[in-house]
Amino acid sequence: MAARTESGLTPVVTAREVRRSFGAATVLDGVGLSIAPGEVVALLGGSGSGKSTLLRILAGLDPEAHGTVSVPREHAVVFQEHRLMPWKRVADNVALGVTGRDVAARTAAALAEVGLADRAGAWPAELSGGQAQRVAFARALVREPRVLLLDEPFGALDALTRLKMQDLFGRLRDRHGFAALLVTHDVEEALLLADRALVLEDGRIAEELIIDLDRPRAPDDAGFGPLRRRLLERLGVPVGGRTRG
Amino acid sequence: MTALATPPAAVTGTPAPVRRRARRLRWQRAVSPIVLLAAWEALSRGGVLSPDKLPAPSTVLQTGWRLAADGTLGAHLADSLTRAAAGLLIGGVLALALGAAAGLLRLGDDAIDPPVQMARMLPHLALVPLLIIWVGIGESMKITLVALGAFFPLYFNVYAGIRDIDERLVEAARTCGLGTWARLRHVILPGAMPSLFLGLRLAIGAAWLSLVVGEQTNTQNGIGFLMMEAREFSQTDVVVLGLFVYAALGLLSDLLLRALERRVLQWRRGLRAA
Repeated sequence: MAARTESGLTPVVTAREVRRSFGAATVLDGVGLSIAPGEVVALLGGSGSGKSTLLRILAGLDPEAHGTVSVPREHAVVFQEHRLMPWKRVADNVALGVTGRDVAARTAAALAEVGLADRAGAWPAELSGGQAQRVAFARALVREPRVLLLDEPFGALDALTRLKMQDLFGRLRDRHGFAALLVTHDVEEALLLADRALVLEDGRIAEELIIDLDRPRAPDDAGFGPLRRRLLERLGVPVGGRTRG
Repeated sequence: MTALATPPAAVTGTPAPVRRRARRLRWQRAVSPIVLLAAWEALSRGGVLSPDKLPAPSTVLQTGWRLAADGTLGAHLADSLTRAAAGLLIGGVLALALGAAAGLLRLGDDAIDPPVQMARMLPHLALVPLLIIWVGIGESMKITLVALGAFFPLYFNVYAGIRDIDERLVEAARTCGLGTWARLRHVILPGAMPSLFLGLRLAIGAAWLSLVVGEQTNTQNGIGFLMMEAREFSQTDVVVLGLFVYAALGLLSDLLLRALERRVLQWRRGLRAA
């Protein structure tokens, strides 16, 4: 399912017949997806549906999965936790594993892009949760990725910080044009940021939804409500009159 | 955090009283040791404590000055330090190598850890008779004893330090394109460093203890020899001086290591401040 991309371009990420089981429990049962260059795809699913497992397989972190996966070398991962090395200053964390010329200048530019140019010399422990996650984004950006793999990157942030970070992600994406797979459990986030949403259920892609809304988007836009209702219903949350706070 | 970089003028005044209280507390803590020393001195001078049993601290210091001036103390101290350094180096290198092998490799874990865990149950100081049979009563026995004492605490802490590293950080390093050696250098080594320092401090403590025991059998030099010889001639002041020197060595090495630790583990201070 969902083997073709929205635009018909040669996909930058493809996965076919991906299977993964933990003991007797089959989490992924033949999942396939593809992502076009510059496309943001949201991967939704209930808790334990295997969203993160699929992302880890795409990131090359799961040697025990089966199936065919093609992800470019120029990819970067942002996790739910910032995962910065506590013993490295912010700039050294961003530059971790970066090779080539002008590493220092590129690091400084990436930090400036996330608005933390003045925190280059700080220790990770001195940062707030939102700042640390912005450093994690700078660490991904400095690699000039063609694909970003995002595992609930805003999930651990407070509501206000999350809104700011979602806005930052939108701006970075406009500027760099990377493709992204955004694993999230937040329907609103998917509708704000993604071009397409996939719903993972019973180890397969159960639903594909093209989000054809104008940018910049806001949750009170026309057309937002029906899409949200449809995704929530697909995720097994019946929507009554209650709206999400 | 950024707001703290330029604190308002009113806030800058507050830390001073806190610091003053901290300084007064440190001063208060010095009172009881000084009182004890003064009491000891007074009891000795007043003839309550016999100089054969426990000479006055001033006498011990005078003896120390005399032995330092004629070079005796320096020579014996150098001999003791050489033994401690050699044993610590041998035991330390072995502990680092075996601890890293057991912590990093499954094969190393299976092969190395079980025998080390078994050997740990032996009190290494009880091995003296066996060591004398194996390596004689000379210098090698003392160095082996120190090496054995230093090995175990360092081995266990290196092993635990490597095992306790957050797997998620290793994963993040992998997604940043770091290979095995780069991960060792940027993640494993700095991550294990706090445990390594703890192990080193315990190892140095165990090394001094082993040295004290080792130097009491058949020695011709060293602080232990100085003390044993003084006991033969009932020079209690020299015996007490030896104790002072051992205590000072332990204290000094711990202070040095702590200073080094503060430098190397600078990032943890930020952790505590946050």
